[in-house]
Amino acid sequence: MAAPAAADTLAEVPPRGPGAPLSATSERSGYVHLGRIPESTPGRRPVDPGEAINSKTPLGQLVGTITPADLHYERSHAGVPDIDPALHRLLVHGMATRERVFTMDDIRAMPTTSRIAFLECTGNGWENWKTAPPDVTVQNTHGLVSTSEWTGVPLAYVLDLVGADPAATWMLAEGGDGAAVARSIPLTDEIIAEGMLAHGQNGEPLRPAHGFPLRLFLPGLEGNLNIKWLRRLKFGDRPFMTRWETARYTQLQADGSARQFQLRQEVNSVITAPSGMMQIRPGFNRVTGLAWSGHGRITRVEVSTDGARTWRDAAIAGPALPKAQARFQADWVWDGTPARLVSRATDEKGNLQPDRARFIAQTGTNALFHYNAQQTWAVDAEGRVRNVLA
Amino acid sequence: MSWPRPGVLGLLAALAGGLAATAAEFGRPASQDEIALWDIDIPPDGTGLPPGSGSVARGLQVFEETCAACHGDRGQGGIADRLVGGQGSLGSAQPVKTVGSFWPYATSLFDYVRRAMPYPAPQTLSDDDTYAVVAYILSLNGIVPGDATLSRSTLPSIRMPNRDGFVPDKEFSVIHNARQSPPRTP
Ligand code: HEC
Repeated sequence: MAAPAAADTLAEVPPRGPGAPLSATSERSGYVHLGRIPESTPGRRPVDPGEAINSKTPLGQLVGTITPADLHYERSHAGVPDIDPALHRLLVHGMATRERVFTMDDIRAMPTTSRIAFLECTGNGWENWKTAPPDVTVQNTHGLVSTSEWTGVPLAYVLDLVGADPAATWMLAEGGDGAAVARSIPLTDEIIAEGMLAHGQNGEPLRPAHGFPLRLFLPGLEGNLNIKWLRRLKFGDRPFMTRWETARYTQLQADGSARQFQLRQEVNSVITAPSGMMQIRPGFNRVTGLAWSGHGRITRVEVSTDGARTWRDAAIAGPALPKAQARFQADWVWDGTPARLVSRATDEKGNLQPDRARFIAQTGTNALFHYNAQQTWAVDAEGRVRNVLA
Repeated sequence: MSWPRPGVLGLLAALAGGLAATAAEFGRPASQDEIALWDIDIPPDGTGLPPGSGSVARGLQVFEETCAACHGDRGQGGIADRLVGGQGSLGSAQPVKTVGSFWPYATSLFDYVRRAMPYPAPQTLSDDDTYAVVAYILSLNGIVPGDATLSRSTLPSIRMPNRDGFVPDKEFSVIHNARQSPPRTP
């Protein structure tokens, strides 16, 4: 790496002067390098973007809690379709008295709600199920979670609009992508009250990678349920048993059986700095990271610098919104000896993020999805930070 | 959170601020013919399976022409998923999840192949060829005999080896909500 530019005295700070012309969209500073990384299944890095199945958020470089839309993680099953909103239709049918077809103009004219919430791929954390690759960053290990302000039509409004049959307990949601991804959504009170047909993200229309022009958004539930490019909702009284809720997104247990419809994202946290592949210096370091839970608000985050032997409370910076990422931080003076940084979060329902040994004892190592064990970063005597299992 | 609720039977629903809208203002009724065009999901009881049929022998041809380039000869796997084998491996350290070892319903295979495959041109196989290629994949896994022909009357009764391998989470195994017994307000 080139030596950073120095401005040792104020006299060396460049003089001021007129800047670049104003533009229609503002770009990031040329000194800031932020990007997602397209990846394939665990253990395959780096991959040709043409073979990527997901693209991960640079958690280690972001601040606060909101993810810029272009850096929001993505998992797509058949690429990103290019949809003309004028030709997009939403069909709502099945167990309902008024089966209807809606245009995007119809949908944008309906009442909306907005909410800041996280979205997380069910596979987030899958790097560390069996082994811990030492050369990965927090973007590799945890980059399949992001937080946005989502804007859309409340699901309850649509249920009323079409006269969904009270006996309808499940809803099939289907996308307009090449894979026609489809999932059965259980119509619990929580999902009816909190779900939305989202068309906005962080103040602008959805971007194509995130479902333009319309997606389902279900706060706290696994990413795959939040169907992108939404074009069909069908009401029924039992699950539809699509490929994505049988062959995929089910949790193989050690005995060979599989948990099905494990839909909630569990309490989780990760230290984003110092984190994998970073370099620290002895003395003061600020430990910071993100915590989130599909059960609600984060109420406590603890950090350990001695490999989970002793813990202290981190400060939660800013509001900890329900089912949104919360930013935490703690001061740390590093004495230059090997250390192990760990965080663990607790949510408002009292769920405590498990340590890896307890998590694996309960789940085995074959489940592939819903990994929420505590993340450990090892710091060696040279200040190199590396991914380790515990 | 509160939002205006559309009136039942298209009655006026009052919006905050004195605006008013009717339910009928949004969208238009869906005709049964156009619903049929998009209503492609096939649940385990086979509801919605189209007429037609396909044999294992025809399925072999379809597979070699349109699937083997990605899924390998006889579904052994290639640049895309392996579709055969793995039975008995699910409880081991190296589980092999395939149609034969893991999928609980043959109807889900028909549904998935029809909606999503072949990957470059989904929904281009005829219904007959979809039945046929499903029959071929199932025969490779020893689930139907090599002379089988599948149709909507036979597909739903196929018992997959891992049919009972799934345990739904308690929270979502029986769904209750307040709509089921709506409070009667005037
Ligand atoms: C261009 C490559 C390609 C071709 C051709 C292709 N597939 Fe696929 N297939 C894929 C990919 C990629 C996936 C995985 C998609 C995913 O996981 O979202 C897949 C997944 C599948 C699966 C699900 C496997 C599992 O265990 O979940 C089945 C079944 C399948 N394909 C059948 C077929 C059949 C039948 C054909 C021919 C009619 C076909 N495929 C043609 C690429 C292909």
